[in-house]
Amino acid sequence: MSQTIIDCERIGKSYRLGLKHNRQHSVNLGTAFTLRESLSEGLAAVGRFCSGRRRPDSDVDTFWALHDVSFQVDRGEVVGLVGRNGAGKSTLLKVLSRIVEPSEGRVRMRGRVASLLEVGTGFHPELSGRENIYLNGAILGMRKFEIDRKLDEIVAFSEIERFLDTPVKRYSSGMYVRLAFAVAAHLEPEILIVDEVLAVGDYAFQKKCMGKMHDVAAGHGRTILFVSHNMGALSQLCNRGILLESGSIKAMGPIADVVKTYMRSGLATNSAHVQFPIEPSRPCQFLSVELTHDDGSHGTDFSCDEPIHLRFVLEVRDIQANVFMSFLLQNPEGTVVLHSDPRDSDPAVTERIKTGRHVFEITLPSRLLAPSTYLVSVRCWQQFGSDLDHRHGCCEFTLRDLSNLIHQRIGVLGVQLPWNQQTTPIGLEPAWHAR
Amino acid sequence: MPSRSTGTISKSASTLEQIDNPPQKEVVIEPRSGWIAVDWKELYTHRELLLFLIWRDISVRYKQTVLGSAWAVIQPLLLMLIFSLFFGRAVGIEHGPAPYSVFVFAGLIPWSLFSQGFAQSALSLVNQQHLLTKVYFPRLFVPIASACVFLVDLFYSLLIYAVVLAVNQYPPSWTVIFLPPLIILTLLATLSFGITLAALTVFYRDFRHLVPFLVQILMYLSAVIYPAWVIPEKYHPILALNPMFGLATAYRSAILGDGYPWDLSCLAISSVSTVVGFVFSIYYFRRTERAFADFA
Repeated sequence: MSQTIIDCERIGKSYRLGLKHNRQHSVNLGTAFTLRESLSEGLAAVGRFCSGRRRPDSDVDTFWALHDVSFQVDRGEVVGLVGRNGAGKSTLLKVLSRIVEPSEGRVRMRGRVASLLEVGTGFHPELSGRENIYLNGAILGMRKFEIDRKLDEIVAFSEIERFLDTPVKRYSSGMYVRLAFAVAAHLEPEILIVDEVLAVGDYAFQKKCMGKMHDVAAGHGRTILFVSHNMGALSQLCNRGILLESGSIKAMGPIADVVKTYMRSGLATNSAHVQFPIEPSRPCQFLSVELTHDDGSHGTDFSCDEPIHLRFVLEVRDIQANVFMSFLLQNPEGTVVLHSDPRDSDPAVTERIKTGRHVFEITLPSRLLAPSTYLVSVRCWQQFGSDLDHRHGCCEFTLRDLSNLIHQRIGVLGVQLPWNQQTTPIGLEPAWHAR
Repeated sequence: MPSRSTGTISKSASTLEQIDNPPQKEVVIEPRSGWIAVDWKELYTHRELLLFLIWRDISVRYKQTVLGSAWAVIQPLLLMLIFSLFFGRAVGIEHGPAPYSVFVFAGLIPWSLFSQGFAQSALSLVNQQHLLTKVYFPRLFVPIASACVFLVDLFYSLLIYAVVLAVNQYPPSWTVIFLPPLIILTLLATLSFGITLAALTVFYRDFRHLVPFLVQILMYLSAVIYPAWVIPEKYHPILALNPMFGLATAYRSAILGDGYPWDLSCLAISSVSTVVGFVFSIYYFRRTERAFADFA
C-alpha cells in the first residue's frame, strides 16, 4: 500500500540581491540590515506610491536558492538528497521543516514531522544531561509523557548514565553528541527530516547512529528524508535518491543511479588545482585544493609508483571556537578508502586552527592505493557544530599501475608485498612438510 | 498519534495501527502574505514547550552564582535603597503619607517585571537564533517565555514588600485583592512591548541598542519613582497611553490605600492601551515570523 505522504509542488525559494547589496551582504553576516536602509527604502516606497510608479523590476536581482522543485514521497520511503554545496539541499530541508517559507509552490505533508538539522539544538550548557533530554525533546516536538517513557532508552543509547546529572558543559564532545543524537533518535514522527548530522562523532558512534537510522527506516514504516555526503551511507539507507543542482532537481530515481550521476557530475575541468570563489561573508572556507607531482607540477594522472602531494588552503575568518578539517578519498563506488585530518600528526593541532590562512600539505605515499580514479573531498567544521565548508569531490585523480600494464590490480590497496619464494624439486620436500 | 511503548513487539503493533489509521492531519506549506491568524491550537498542543522554556530560563538564571536565587531578593531591595537615597532624600518629592521607600517599592514591583521582562524578551530571538534556523516550533514562545521568567521575581518582591510594610508598620489596604488582575495587565503590557521588539530586533539590530534607552525613558514617563499627581492633570490621558503610567499608580492605590486615590480614567486608558498593544504585538509577530529564519 503506497500513500503519498510528502507532496512537493513546484517549490521555489528566492532571495533578493542586487539593489540591496548591503542587505544581502549583512544577511550573510547574520547581522541583518540597518534601520536606516529600511527607513530610506520605506520613504522611497511612499514616494513611488504617491507618484503612482511601481518599482522597476530591473532593480531587483533575484537569486533562486530553489526553483521549480517537485517530487512526491510515499509512506515508508527513505529518500536521500544529494548535491554539491549550495545546491539547495539545506534550503529544501528548511522549507520542509517549516523553518523558512517558500517563495512559491506548495508542500502537503501528512503526519507529524520532526526535523533534525543539527544535533543538540537548544541544548543548554548549564543544564544537566537529564534536563537537556527534556528540553531538547520538547523543542524537537516530543510530549513530556513520551520523554518520560523513553528516558531509560535514551540514556542507555547515549551511554552517559553516570553523568546524567552533570551539566552538559562538563561533557566531552563525544558524550555531548551521543546524548544529543540519542534524544533525536527516539523521536517517533511519521516523517523524519535529517541533515548531515551523522558526520559528527567518532567512527564507532557513527556506526551506531547508522544502525539506528537503519532500524528506524526499516522497521517502523517511517518516512525519512536524508541529506548526506556519505554516498556509502546513502546507498545503504535509502531506496530512492534526489540529486539537486543549483536549486533544481537534476536526477531522481533509485539511489544507486542517483549516486552514480552525482559522482560523475560537475567535476571541475582542471581538477588538479581547484580554486573556490571567495565568499567573504563565510566565517570559514577552503580557498583551493591542489594535486602535485613530486616535481611540483600539477596533475591529475599519477602512477602508482609516485607519491601524490595534496595541498589545501583554508581561510578562517570569524570563528572563535576550534575549527576541525579533514580530507577523504573515495573510489568510484563511493567507498571511503582513506580519511585523515591534521590530528594524525599532532593531536592538539585543531587548537591552532584559528583565524588566519592555513596551508595544509600531505603526501600520499606511492604504492598505497590500487589503480582507480579517486575523488577528493575536504570538509571543515566547528566543534559540535555543522559544516562550515564542505567541498565534496572537488577534485579527482587517476592512479595507474605502470608496473603491470596487462593485468590491472584489483582491490582497494596498491601495496606491493614482498613475496618470498622457495622452490625444491618434487620428492625432496622438507621433512616437516611431508608429515 | 497512536500510543507507543518501549517494547519491540508493541512497536511493530503500533506501526500496523499507524498504517491502518493514517493520520488525517495535513500540513500545507505555501507562501503566505499579509496578516496571519494566530494558530491557537498549535500553541495549545505545544504548551509543554512553553513551560520547558520558562523552566529552563529560571533554572539557568542563577547557575554558578555564589548567592544563587538570593539575587531575586537582593535586586529589588537594592533598587529600593538606591531610589530612596537619591530621590527620596536628595530630590524630595511630595509622595503622600507613606515613607518614600514604601511608596517607591509599590511602583517598582510592576516596573521590575515590565522593564526586565520586555528588555529580556526583546533580545530573546536574536540571542537564540540557532533555535530559529534549526527547528520549527511556535516562535511566539520564545519572547513569552523570556518575559514570564520575571513573574517569579515579582512574587519574590511581593514577599519582600510584605516584610518592608511590616517593618514600616504600614498595613496594606484591603484593596490588595485587586493585585492579581493588575499583575495580569502588567504581564500583557510587558509581552506587548517584548514581542514587538523581539520581532523588530531580528530585522533591525538597532533595537538592541535602543532598548536600554527605551527602558530609561519609559521609567521617567511611568510615574514609578514619583506620584502621578506631580504632573498636571491635563497631561494624564496622554501619559496613560503608556501602560505603566496607569498601572504603577494603580499598584500604589491597591496596596497603600488611603492617600493614594485610584485614578480610574488613567487605569482605563492604560488597560485599553495594554490590550490593544498586546493584540497588535501578536499579529505583528505572526506577520513577520515567517521571515525570521531568513534574517536571523
